Amino acid sequence: MRRAVAFLAALGLGLAALVAGAAPGTPTLDRPSGERCVEDPATMRRAHWDFLKHQRDETVRSGIRGAKHSLAGCIECHANAKDGSVLGSRTHFCEGCHAYVAVKLDCFECHASRTRAAQAKAGGRP
Amino acid sequence: MSAPSPGRRGFLGAAAGLAGAAIAPGVFLTEYAVAKAPGAPASKAVRWGLLVDATRCASGCDACVKACNTEHGLPEPKRPTDVQWIRKVELKDLRTGAALSAPVMCQHCAEPPCVDVCPTGASFKRADGIVMVDRHTCIGCRYCMMACPYKARSFVHEPVTGQKTDTPRGKGCVESCNLCVHRVDAGGTPACVESCASAGHHALVFGDLNDPDSEISKRIRAVATTQLRADLRTDNGVRYRGI
Repeated sequence: MRRAVAFLAALGLGLAALVAGAAPGTPTLDRPSGERCVEDPATMRRAHWDFLKHQRDETVRSGIRGAKHSLAGCIECHANAKDGSVLGSRTHFCEGCHAYVAVKLDCFECHASRTRAAQAKAGGRP
Repeated sequence: MSAPSPGRRGFLGAAAGLAGAAIAPGVFLTEYAVAKAPGAPASKAVRWGLLVDATRCASGCDACVKACNTEHGLPEPKRPTDVQWIRKVELKDLRTGAALSAPVMCQHCAEPPCVDVCPTGASFKRADGIVMVDRHTCIGCRYCMMACPYKARSFVHEPVTGQKTDTPRGKGCVESCNLCVHRVDAGGTPACVESCASAGHHALVFGDLNDPDSEISKRIRAVATTQLRADLRTDNGVRYRGI
């Protein structure tokens, strides 16, 4: 029991450190091109999946466009400056963090992982 | 139940006055939506439709198909099982030799059989009449493909790479023409319509069937058009002239 409590405490500390972005060994990720995220970074780290899921239903089902929690918006800002993608290595924004926390990233099985500019440059090639 | 209080009735009356011309209490002339405001949901007042004028459609021209593939990042279909959102159909009356060609795509039915059969609710009709697949909920069972009388839907059999931002698509889901919903929401017209016009044929007209002043409404009022398999009473949003 004591060990379990200690483990949970350590986990809590680890998460807190991750949220603060200060823990040693946390991934080094590409810097975003924009100045400010749509929410503060701590909120985004904890809830970006909820924001995306909420907005996707409104967009697909009701046709509400232009709201702030847009996956395409994330990509436009967080893509790597060279290849315009959020996937590709441990320093690419989405892949880097998802690999670090060992959470499967399903979005890009269907969604474009590159900026519009990068897609145009590639001319439809993968 | 007691009758509504005069206050409430008065309020409703005032609201009706604001909302539009009342012909009789509770009966209104239909209102027609203008361009969708940013952030506004698709409006029930709109019914998007397409007129395919087979008398103008050129045999052998596949500009609409090419434009669709480019717009949505679809690969060139090589096998019968490959994805196809729009196809050119060439018809010939063997007795008279009269030939015609026209594109066939999702007919955006008012009563879509694909929506009726979908077990998860992934196949749905938007308020403005566009029939789509919500890939987040699609389990790839393909009932909708069997239900569709127009053979409009395709299943993605293989992993997809290089998707376009506005057309997310992946293996294991059914998909079909969505009337270029991203363009329509931005106030534009579908890619096929644009390409047909720039190819000089003007065989496709896109617009709001509910708006009597739209080009499509004027055209279908002036010339005889028909819906494919009108006997099924699916009330298609896509109409054909000259077939």
